[in-house]
Amino acid sequence: MQKSYDGVSLVVKDLNLTIAKGEFLTMLGPSGSGKTTCLMMLAGFETATSGEIRLDGRPINQVPPHKRGIGMVFQNYALFPHMTVGENLSFPLEVRGMSKSDREAKIKRALDMVQMGNFISRRPAQLSGGQQQRIALARALVFDPALVLMDEPLGALDKQLREHMQFEIKHLHDSLGITVVYVTHDQGEALTMSDRVAVFNDGRIQQLAPPADLYERPDNSFVAGFIGENNKLLGTIEDLNGDKALVRLRTGELIDATAVNIKEKGQQTLVSIRPERVEFKPEMMPQGAHTIDAEVVEMIYMGDILRAVLRVAGVDDFVMKMRNTLGQTKLTPGQKIKVGWHPQDARALDP
Amino acid sequence: MADVALLTTSDGRPLAQALVQAQARARRRAFFLVLPLLLFVIFSFILPIGQMLHRSVYNDGFSASAPELGAWFAQNPASTPPDEAAFAALAADLANMQANRLAGEAGTRINYVIPETRSLFTRTARDAKNLTPPYQAALLAVDPKWGDPALWQAMRAASSAYTLDFYLVSADFQRTADGSIERVDENRQIYIALFVKTFILSAIITVLCLLIAFPVAHLLATLPMAKANLLMILVLLPFWTSLLVRTTSWMALLQGEGVINDLLVWIGAIAEDGRLRMINNQTGTIIVMTHILLPFMILPLYSVMKVIPPSYARAARSLGATSWTTFRRIYLPQTLPGVAAGSLLVFILAVGYYITPALVGGADGQLISNLIDFHMDRSNWSMAAALSAMLLVGVLILYWLYDRLVGIDRLKLG
Repeated sequence: MQKSYDGVSLVVKDLNLTIAKGEFLTMLGPSGSGKTTCLMMLAGFETATSGEIRLDGRPINQVPPHKRGIGMVFQNYALFPHMTVGENLSFPLEVRGMSKSDREAKIKRALDMVQMGNFISRRPAQLSGGQQQRIALARALVFDPALVLMDEPLGALDKQLREHMQFEIKHLHDSLGITVVYVTHDQGEALTMSDRVAVFNDGRIQQLAPPADLYERPDNSFVAGFIGENNKLLGTIEDLNGDKALVRLRTGELIDATAVNIKEKGQQTLVSIRPERVEFKPEMMPQGAHTIDAEVVEMIYMGDILRAVLRVAGVDDFVMKMRNTLGQTKLTPGQKIKVGWHPQDARALDP
Repeated sequence: MADVALLTTSDGRPLAQALVQAQARARRRAFFLVLPLLLFVIFSFILPIGQMLHRSVYNDGFSASAPELGAWFAQNPASTPPDEAAFAALAADLANMQANRLAGEAGTRINYVIPETRSLFTRTARDAKNLTPPYQAALLAVDPKWGDPALWQAMRAASSAYTLDFYLVSADFQRTADGSIERVDENRQIYIALFVKTFILSAIITVLCLLIAFPVAHLLATLPMAKANLLMILVLLPFWTSLLVRTTSWMALLQGEGVINDLLVWIGAIAEDGRLRMINNQTGTIIVMTHILLPFMILPLYSVMKVIPPSYARAARSLGATSWTTFRRIYLPQTLPGVAAGSLLVFILAVGYYITPALVGGADGQLISNLIDFHMDRSNWSMAAALSAMLLVGVLILYWLYDRLVGIDRLKLG
C-alpha cells in the first residue's frame, strides 16, 4: 500500500502487513513516520493512493468509514461535549438502529467493563483525563467492533495513569479477544502491550517483530537506535563467516559480532550493543571473546542500577549498566578496565 | 458563632478590618482607572437613553401654555362636562397662546391624539382675544369641534406634562370621550402593523443570513490557512466599504433596467416586459440587508466552528454515523452558540436598521426606524421616543429569551 498527500512525495512508501485476528499490533515510530496516516487509511479517513486494504478478506478501500465497523479511540478522546457519557455511548448504537432496552444493556456492560458505571449522566467536561480515556475506550467497544484502532490514546495522561491504563487496555484486549491496532511513539508502551510491534520510519516498516525480538535482535541501525538505549561502534568487516563477523573498529581493535544485514567483507558497519549486556568482569565473559580497553569517564548512581560512561575505541559516550548488587565493584572515573560481551549481543548492522 | 474567637492580625487588629484596609488602596486605584470609561458611558449612553425614555412620557407642549385650563381640570373630576368656566379658561389660554406664539405647539400635542386639531388651535387662537362671553357659544360658533367630548378628554390628558398618550398611540390605541381606552379603526392602525412587519422582515433576513453564512463559515474554518485568509478578506471587504456605496451598488444591480434584469432578459429567462421588481419594495430591503448584515453572522459562526476539532466528526463517522447524522447530531449542536450569537446580532441590527430600507425599501419595505425618523423630522420627539422605547423593550425581551434558551455566557461574538 502507498500513500501520497501532495503527489510529489510518498508519506507511506511501502506498507505490506497482515494482522491476525485477536492480535495486539502496535505501530511505533517517530512523528512524521507515517504511522498515523496508516491508521487513518485503515479507519477510512484517508484514501490509499495505491494498494488494497482488506478486512476479513473483503476489500474495504471503497467502503466509507461509517460502514467499516471499526472502533476508534482518539488521542484527545473526542468525546462529544454536548452529550452525557450515556449519550456518547448510546450514539453508535442509535445509528445502528438498536432498541432502547438493548442499548441500555450494552451501555451498562461497556461502562462496567471500564469501571465507570456511576458516571453515566456526567458530561465529558466533568471528568478527569483518565476517566475520559476510559469512556472513549468504552465508546469504541460498545458496538462490539472486531477491530479497534487506537491513536496514541494515552499520550495526554501522566506517567502513572498511563502505566495503569496500559495494563487495563491490555487486560480488555485479552478478555474480549478483539484485534487492536495501536499507534504510539512511546517505545515502553509498545514493548509492554503488544503481541507484535511494527517500527515505522520514513514511510516504511523497519521491523515487524514481537517486543523481545525487537529489543534483543534489531534488524537495522534505526530500530537499534530507536528502541532502548544502545552503544554504537563504527568499524569495517574484517571477516565474515555465516552470521559470525569479525569487526575492526576505527581505532584498530577487533571485536566479535553477529552479522545482521551485512553482505560482504570490507563493508562499513555499525555495531550495536545494549548497555546492560556489556561486562567488565573476566569471569562473566564467554570463552575466547575479544575484550577491548576502556576508561571510566563518569559514574552515575541511579538507584537500581549504576551507569558507567566509558571511553571505548575513541567513543566517549559508551554506556555500561551494572546492577546495584551487594558487593558490586566500585569503579572510579579515570580507572582503566577491559570490557567485553557475548558475540550474540553485538549486532553488526548497516552504518 | 459566638464561641469562635475573632481572628486578629499579629498587631492585634481584627482580621476582617485589616483586610478591608489593605484592599482599600487597590480598590481606589481600580475605581480611578475605570472612571473615565464610566463617565464616557454615562454621558454617551445612559444619559441619552434616559432622556429618550423621559421624552416618551413627558411633553409640556400643551400643559405649559394652557395654565387656566389646567387649573379648571384640576378642580373638576374627569367626568364633568365642560361648563362656561372651562370655555372661559380655554379662551384665555388661547389668547395667551396667540400672544406667545405657542398655539402651534399646543395644537401639535393634541394632534397626536386627535388628528387634524392642530389647525383648530392655530385658527381659533388667531382671533381669541376678540372672543366675548359667553365663551361656550362664542367658541362653538368659531368651530363646533370645540364641543367634542373626545377633544376635551384629550386636553385633560395633555394638561399634565407626564402622559402615556404616546405609548397609547404607538400601540394603535386611542382615548374615547369618556376617558377609556380603545383600539383605533383598523384602517388607521399603522404602528403595530409596522412593528410586526419589522420583526417578520428581520426574522426573514436573519434566517437568510444564517443559511448563507453557515456554509461560508464552515469553509472558512476548514480551508487551509492561505485560502481561508483570502476568503476572509472577501467576507470583510464589504465591511470596509461605505454602507452607502454598497447600497447604491445594489440599486444598480437590482433596478428594473439593472444588471440582473438585463442578464435575465438576455439569457431569455424573463420577457422584456416581465422585468422583475426587486428594488423599492420589501424584496429590495431583504436582499440588500441580508448582504449588508452577512458578516455579522459569518464571524460569530466562524469563531465557534474554528475551535471544533475535526476529530469529533471523525469519531462520529467511525462509530457508524453517516455524514448527515454526523452533521445533525454532532456538528450542528456544537455550532449552536455561534448560530445563536449571530442570529441575535443580525436580528437586533436588522430591527433597528434605517438607512437601507430608506434607500431601497420603497413604500412597503419601510421598517419601524423609518417611522421613528419620520417623527424626528417633524420634531415629534415624544412620539419618536415612545416608538424607540417600544423597540428597545422588544429587543430586551429577545435578549432575555436568548439568555433563557441559550445562556448569555455562551455567547461568542468572534
